Amino acid sequence: MKQLLAILFENEVGALARVLGLFAQRNVNIESLSVAPTEDTTMSRLTLLTVSDAQTIEQITKHLNRLVGVVKVVNLVHVEHVERELMLVKVCAEGEERQEIKRTCDIFRGQIVDVTTNTYTVQLVGPTAKLLGFLETIGRAHILEVVRSGTCGITRGARALSVGSKGA
Amino acid sequence: MTPMLTADEMLVRALVDQGIEHIFWHPGGANFPYHRALSNCEEIALVLVRHALGACHMADGYARATGCPGVVMLTSGSGATNSITGIANAYMDSVPIIVICGRDSTGHSVSTQLDETDMIGISRPVVKHSYVLPSAMDIPRIVREAVFVATSGRPGPVVIDVPRSAYESKDKYEYVMPETVSLRGYRPAESGHAGQIKKALDALLQSARPLIYAGGGVIQGKASSELLTFAERLNLPVATSLMGLGAIPGSNRLCLGMLGLHGSCIANNAIAHTDLVLALGTRFDERAINDPETFCPQARVIHVDIDPSSISKTITADLPIVGPVKEVLSILNQLACDKQELQSKRNDRYVSWWEQIEGWWHKLSGDEHDNRTESNSEHIHPQDVVQVLYEETQGEVFITTDVGQHQIFFAQGYKFSSSRRWVTPGGLGTMGFGLPAALGVQFAVPQGTVVCITGESSFLVNLQELSTCAQYDLPIKVFCFNNGTLGMVNQWNQIHGWENGLLGYPESMPDFVQLVEAFGHRALRASTRDELKQAVSLAFSQECKNQTVFVDVRVDPNVRLLPRQESGFSTSDSSSVGH
Ligand SMILES: Cc1ncc(C[n+]2csc(CCOP(=O)(O)OP(=O)(O)O)c2C)c(N)n1
Ligand SMILES: [Mg+2]
Repeated sequence: MKQLLAILFENEVGALARVLGLFAQRNVNIESLSVAPTEDTTMSRLTLLTVSDAQTIEQITKHLNRLVGVVKVVNLVHVEHVERELMLVKVCAEGEERQEIKRTCDIFRGQIVDVTTNTYTVQLVGPTAKLLGFLETIGRAHILEVVRSGTCGITRGARALSVGSKGA
Repeated sequence: MTPMLTADEMLVRALVDQGIEHIFWHPGGANFPYHRALSNCEEIALVLVRHALGACHMADGYARATGCPGVVMLTSGSGATNSITGIANAYMDSVPIIVICGRDSTGHSVSTQLDETDMIGISRPVVKHSYVLPSAMDIPRIVREAVFVATSGRPGPVVIDVPRSAYESKDKYEYVMPETVSLRGYRPAESGHAGQIKKALDALLQSARPLIYAGGGVIQGKASSELLTFAERLNLPVATSLMGLGAIPGSNRLCLGMLGLHGSCIANNAIAHTDLVLALGTRFDERAINDPETFCPQARVIHVDIDPSSISKTITADLPIVGPVKEVLSILNQLACDKQELQSKRNDRYVSWWEQIEGWWHKLSGDEHDNRTESNSEHIHPQDVVQVLYEETQGEVFITTDVGQHQIFFAQGYKFSSSRRWVTPGGLGTMGFGLPAALGVQFAVPQGTVVCITGESSFLVNLQELSTCAQYDLPIKVFCFNNGTLGMVNQWNQIHGWENGLLGYPESMPDFVQLVEAFGHRALRASTRDELKQAVSLAFSQECKNQTVFVDVRVDPNVRLLPRQESGFSTSDSSSVGH
């Protein structure tokens, strides 16, 4: 089952390692993660995507809350939320195919951010499924390199994740 | 005026301000400079140990006996890594120790020096929290936070890594101890949910066969007297975990003993038949519950714990209450007080349930654990030792143990008069814990009688601390259950039909009397019951009041630990009786 955790934690040495250690200890693989400071730069926010059963993720969540440096944890799959991910793809684009690739890129609302005579680098933003759809459409044979930011998630509506009581 | 201090003076001053009175210390290049500041400090006694692991176990024993944090100071590299087992042991049993390590590099950079190790990384999975000292100015705040984190909520070990650069500098800093701790990510629950607590009391009153299951959290949370008041008011039977022994006096009529694999049949029967378990400060360890599927099959479970991650981990709680056990029990007591029907202590509540429990007592004709009849009467049986020691001490002494048959025989047979007297490495099962832990307890309670229960194999793991014991004249009493074998392991081997891998072991054992005498201590040997009685009365006599005494008790090597609920035991029905 897909799990998407949003974690607010102290922006300090070793804090991220403690968070990630909890997943490794329980033999849970992390599919993606994205982390950066928030508007309050003493605090970082991490969005972490993983596949695991409800009981395991519940236990990990409790242990995350136990960490002294973790301020708040929310599993976004339980609330209405928006997810976005950024991807840069370097594709082989030669001859007649250049047109076709450009068109596909437009359809997916991608932007070409770098060009050479035989490659395009495409920037794409959207839910992960859309990014994967693009890769599939372009086809493996044309893909030279892919880099993804990992999913970012935020709750819908006025409800915000901020320093308050833990684990709400 | 705020004093101006150097970093080493700051550290020592901060520890004094936090009420620290002992530091267990193993020196090296990366912590030696503190020695200067510490030797000028009258408030803190510096205890020079022989091994970093010994230091951690001492701090651990110290903390368990008092509830105050045990502090360890170590050097970098191997000095630090030798402490890992001790830290893990404290982590597993939720004991507040603070381990301060030196680090050779400056700041956060990792140098290539020979004994540089990433202590923060290595210890990460087994600490409650850890700090790298950012700068000397932060010392007071970090020491204060470390003490708070280690001792509050579910207690646990904290590591502080102090870079060499911090104390090498002669710079002076303003010493400012913050008035409060403010950690936005750490707010342990201060009280349980009032509505849930009320529901818990109602459930208990409606239940026909309730049972309290008390764990180490009752002891760590200093809730023993609240527990006794509550259990007596409602006439509730109490079973404990290994760590919970002493949570209620062992001789109290409400106490059914220890639950689990090596637990009492009464307690196991009770858990099989109960319709409502009130679990207090326990994590439902595997050895206590065996199979979660068959554990208390008919019961609803109320689980009170300060740590939400312990609740519904193995046994799903029907009524979870997150909060300090002491606080929750106080509220339960108050609520009970307000109820007319509960206004006086009554022995006639849950009558038929008690009849059932007493029925098991009778069926087992007294002491179910007594399996001495099956052993060769020539030898001393481990249970003889427990009995003789109980007769001599009446549950009033502090007991530390190692790991093995001797530990479990003791847990089964000794009745503790109060909490914080049973110091055993329950979670990690760390052989070598008993001796250094006994030293730590003796430092904490200089007037108390401290007894270390060990096996010949466990004793060999940390015997270097006998030298520390000599240096500080600690009059601990060590009883070594010498069966010439790794009893506990052997028993498993026999049960599973594995080959005996211990050939040559008994023949390779040293002469323990000579060994201990070489450290300058008094050592005795007991090979018969009469010698055992003499040795015990001598050990606790006025003559030996100020001496470390070691007794090499030759116990029957062919004894099995009974009762032992067979693996896969469901605590269901009386099938567990009579093993
Ligand atoms: C450090 C450590 N290593 C290994 C074990 C596994 N182990 C558990 S009990 C035991 C034998 C203990 O022998 P002894 O101290 O003589 O106690 P006995 O069971 O004979 O009373 C061993 C090796 C352990 N618990 N701790
Ligand atoms: Mg042995």
